[in-house]
Amino acid sequence: MKPYRRPRYWNAPAMSWYERAYIFEVTRGLAITGGVFLRNMWRWITGRKGALTTYYPEETRADYAPANRGKHILVQRADGRPQCIACNLCATVCPAKVIEIEAAFDPADPVHPKYPARFEIDYSRCVFCGLCVEACPEDAIRMLKEVPQLPTFDRGTLWLAKAELLAWNPRNDPAKR
Amino acid sequence: MIQDLAIAVVLIGYAFGVLMTFGTVLTWVERKQAAVMSDRIGANRAYVRIPFTQVKLVWLGLFHGMADGLKMMLKEDFHPRTHDAFAYAIAPWIVFTPVLLVFAVVPFGGTLDPGRLVPALAGWFGGRTYPLQIARLDAGLLVVFAFGGLTIIGAMLAGWSSNNKFSMLGALRAGSQMISYEVVLALTLLGVVLIEGTVDLGAIARAQSGIVLGFLPAWGIVLQPFAALLFLTAAIAENKRIPFDLPEAESELIAGYFTEYSAMKMGLFMFAEFIEIAVIGALFTTLFLGGYNLPYMDDRGFSFPGGTTLALPHALVVVVQLGVFLAKVLAVCSFQILVRWSLPRFRYDQLLRFAWKFLFPLALANLSATAVVLWLAERA
Repeated sequence: MKPYRRPRYWNAPAMSWYERAYIFEVTRGLAITGGVFLRNMWRWITGRKGALTTYYPEETRADYAPANRGKHILVQRADGRPQCIACNLCATVCPAKVIEIEAAFDPADPVHPKYPARFEIDYSRCVFCGLCVEACPEDAIRMLKEVPQLPTFDRGTLWLAKAELLAWNPRNDPAKR
Repeated sequence: MIQDLAIAVVLIGYAFGVLMTFGTVLTWVERKQAAVMSDRIGANRAYVRIPFTQVKLVWLGLFHGMADGLKMMLKEDFHPRTHDAFAYAIAPWIVFTPVLLVFAVVPFGGTLDPGRLVPALAGWFGGRTYPLQIARLDAGLLVVFAFGGLTIIGAMLAGWSSNNKFSMLGALRAGSQMISYEVVLALTLLGVVLIEGTVDLGAIARAQSGIVLGFLPAWGIVLQPFAALLFLTAAIAENKRIPFDLPEAESELIAGYFTEYSAMKMGLFMFAEFIEIAVIGALFTTLFLGGYNLPYMDDRGFSFPGGTTLALPHALVVVVQLGVFLAKVLAVCSFQILVRWSLPRFRYDQLLRFAWKFLFPLALANLSATAVVLWLAERA
């Protein structure tokens, strides 16, 4: 077996003696990282935030993209009832099968007699794909850019029910203003 | 006699406590410092809840070290079916124990006079004084190297007894790397030994309260700046930390020689590494940073270059010396962590070439230059 020879490339990066001496470049690198450390420490000490990351459940980012697929909401009619007609298209198209709808009959509203008595989403399995929004023929389900407040110690709280989904008030929706 | 025993027990307890605390706190320091260096927040979720209340103590994530330790204790102690049971079981201890033993010769304070500290005990102690050091050995540095060399055996045993090719490769790498850097480590310190004329760490620390060139404190880093740099480099390599962590090299060797270790046995390897950071810090402090003393300070108080002196009470001196030693050690540890999170890993051939073709000749040159200068100074 031939001894291994490290291949030589025509464009192999050539280092100057200054770079090859290692110690100078290492010192420069340590100065950079140490400088960042001191800068961030100074920010923490003076009561500011010395990190770029978000301290998630307590702190959420304000700059979610408008197109971000976050928490689901049920659109309301003018009288405050859900626009949903319980057609089950969203539940059918959902790849994670997280939407559960129980339809009911409302004789008081002859135009929309079918409405959801229960509308629940299991966020422990939701993949936030947005297919339910695409499938809805009535524009009854949408996704906000804000993410739902999910972190929890209890799986039961990951089910969001109709009341929660209807809590979104369209009069405060900046998109409709 | 019984007084000596009492003092020895107190000193051993103090040193042991300091090392264990450093080992635990450094895991937290490492995570937090890395986080702050890279614009992150770092570990801050573990908490201790005061019983019967909803008060959760987070303390900047300090409890993560406790949580990690608890996790290590409670995990399954899994081992490969084909391992060599005896060598496998003692290897972590062979790595862990010498690291603690090295600290026995490191002075962490000046001379303690218990009679002056507590006048009620003056009669019992009868004017005896004790150096704040577990073992006052004339062969201090030699003991450091003797015990420091023992950890190689632990690493090799761990790799060999695991009966795993990754462990074996890691152990061989660890062996050759640690032996290579041991040579450099010893050679760099010979310059200091030449200047001070002793290998007793206590005497070296005391000698550094003097003054050179009329105004500079006679610290090792002033007299031997080159040796200090080489020593720190070789010591980090000896501790097998990035940029010299080839024996672990998680992207190639999983975890190197402790691949097959789990639970607290693996924890011992990690703990030994963190304690060794502190021990390297203590050695660097003692040899190059003036030991436990502030600049221009000795056991009696300050004596500044202008000739002014400032005598301090004995209790204050002892407290200041203990505190200064801890602060200096923590600073050196922090610098090692800074290095660990800044530099990329070497290639293995670069690692050995760096030891034998770069550090070794430089250490030899430093030693010869020191010897020549000392010879000239003696002739003059």
